[in-house]
Amino acid sequence: MLAKRLPFAALCAVLTLVMGLPILGLNLTPQGIHIVLKSAPSATFMWIALGAAVVFLFQLFKDYLSGFWRQVPLPKASSFTPNLEGRKRIYAERAGWFLVAVLAFAMPFFASRGATALGNLVLIYVILGLGLNIVVGLAGLLDLGYVAFYAVGAYSYALLHQYFGFGFWEALPISAILAATFGFVLGFPVLRLRGDYLAIVTLGFGEIIRIVINNMTWLTGGPNGIGGIPNPTLFNMEFGRIVKDPGDTLFYKVLGIEYNSNHKVIFLYLITLVFALFTVFVIKRLTKMPVGRAWEALREDEIACRSLGLSRTGIKLSAFTLGAFFAGFAGCVFAAKQSFISPDSFNLYESVIVLVIVVLGGMGSQVGIILAAAILTMLPELARDMAQYRMLFFGLLMVLMMIWRPQGLIPMKRTPVELARE
Amino acid sequence: MLEVRDLSMRFGGLLAVDGVSLNLNEREIFSIIGPNGAGKTTVFNCISGFYRPTGGEIQFNGHAIHSMPDYRIARLGMVRTFQHVRLFNRMTPLENLMVAQHHQVNTNLFAGLFKTPSYRHREQEAMDRAVYWLKKVNLLELANREAGNLAYGQQRRLEIARCMVTGPKLLMLDEPAAGLNPRETRDLNELIVSLKEDYNVAVLLIEHDMGLVMGISDRIAVINQGRPLAQGTPDEIRCNPDVIKAYLGEE
Repeated sequence: MLAKRLPFAALCAVLTLVMGLPILGLNLTPQGIHIVLKSAPSATFMWIALGAAVVFLFQLFKDYLSGFWRQVPLPKASSFTPNLEGRKRIYAERAGWFLVAVLAFAMPFFASRGATALGNLVLIYVILGLGLNIVVGLAGLLDLGYVAFYAVGAYSYALLHQYFGFGFWEALPISAILAATFGFVLGFPVLRLRGDYLAIVTLGFGEIIRIVINNMTWLTGGPNGIGGIPNPTLFNMEFGRIVKDPGDTLFYKVLGIEYNSNHKVIFLYLITLVFALFTVFVIKRLTKMPVGRAWEALREDEIACRSLGLSRTGIKLSAFTLGAFFAGFAGCVFAAKQSFISPDSFNLYESVIVLVIVVLGGMGSQVGIILAAAILTMLPELARDMAQYRMLFFGLLMVLMMIWRPQGLIPMKRTPVELARE
Repeated sequence: MLEVRDLSMRFGGLLAVDGVSLNLNEREIFSIIGPNGAGKTTVFNCISGFYRPTGGEIQFNGHAIHSMPDYRIARLGMVRTFQHVRLFNRMTPLENLMVAQHHQVNTNLFAGLFKTPSYRHREQEAMDRAVYWLKKVNLLELANREAGNLAYGQQRRLEIARCMVTGPKLLMLDEPAAGLNPRETRDLNELIVSLKEDYNVAVLLIEHDMGLVMGISDRIAVINQGRPLAQGTPDEIRCNPDVIKAYLGEE
């Protein structure tokens, strides 16, 4: 067994050396106006040799290692969700949702300002993840340009405010509907595409939106972005120290309490939480409705759908439109939270993160996506020193997940329907 | 109810179907048989709209359907099964049957979000129909399992049930007995006859199991290399020298 693996292990070690020596062993250092090729300190070569040795040993003993790995049982979905049948499970689920909602509502009153702001960001990604879940998880259409609709939502609010003086609450439905319209319009040409082709077209669309925003300087301010976007108000009460819009009052003055800059953060968090719960509720219901069933059926077998009289056009369009609707929603909230947006906030990286949230959480599974949104948003914030390794970390995480739990953290579960027995 | 006239289908240089004509009456079981690669499934795909025939005409209850998209044909009351079972594997049998009734339920988005009375009512009706057919094909016990995990014979039955909940006038079965054991084939035989007798459905059948075909068919058409070879009652087909030659070869 060992002898069999020996040549391959040696090859791997040599490859490591071939790759590692020029990349790590040689340094380009500027000297005056010239750039000089210098050899790295000898310690570096020690590390490269050590790395090659580790690769060699790992390849040599791979079978033993993977055997040892498999002894550890995989986490079961039932350890997260109560595995009760029928009605009992539905009640347990409802109680769980209620408990989480109560905890989430109470959180900002105990947590620090930073934690609340982070929680707010998590909630925005929850809305995005759940929205993309309609397109990717339920309808099975790989969308790599989801962030475009997020951008449309955010810029709708920013521009409506800048040019027409719209407030948050007036702009919110318009932003969502505008994003949905973009989803609908994009839906038409991509309907006949499937799989990889669809992914490429949506990827292109996402970039087009960002570049258009970047270049239409006269309208959007281009790379300088748009600032001074007002935060949401509560019954025309602003949360700042001084009134920005002459028609408004101030929260702390109306309530007769002392000004506290935390009020704004907590309020923002709470309304985002309400929107996130709204999203959870609507999408949960959608999945049990005819349109939700049709999305899943289309993902499972398009030909069978057609043979039963379901037109894929309408079903795919509804998935795209509703997914975009929630992205626009999230975008408007994001613009209101940040007060400043620029095309930089809507690059491909954002699309990738949202997609990772959906895949990591478990396609189609709402609980999984909420959990994944929390993990993927909080980890980079908690490990800020490691920021430059973020992509590396994501890649590693995805590879490990694909090996261990290709179906996601908490795979989607079907609710059993109770059947009357005679 | 179904009339196919001079149907032909050409794939590049290959003439897969050439001049096939058949007509189907209400409540009739009509079988298409022929050696492997004779073009039976191609005929099926043309009739159900998956292929657009290169020649000929197809009429179904007064509608010219040879240039209609497949899903519109299905909505006219003509549904089919597939040679390789095509279920919605990760959904439950019950959900499979609910999806099939997409046009009988209330698909209005807001009606569903607010669960209006009309929505609940139509949803309940669809559920009742689904349960009825699950019982009929003996799968009620498995209603909440994943369809992809059912045994092969059960999947075949579920596919037929999924067609029947749409309330079709014509059911097209593409080799429904393939892969079934003799007992399951006997059950299938009974099921098909019952569909015709009790639910007034016409059945168009492709099958290789001669016992099944000869036992239940009212009429049979034989196709060989894309061309019609013979048409008639089971007895006529059994004695037809051309058919015997095509199946067994010449002496």
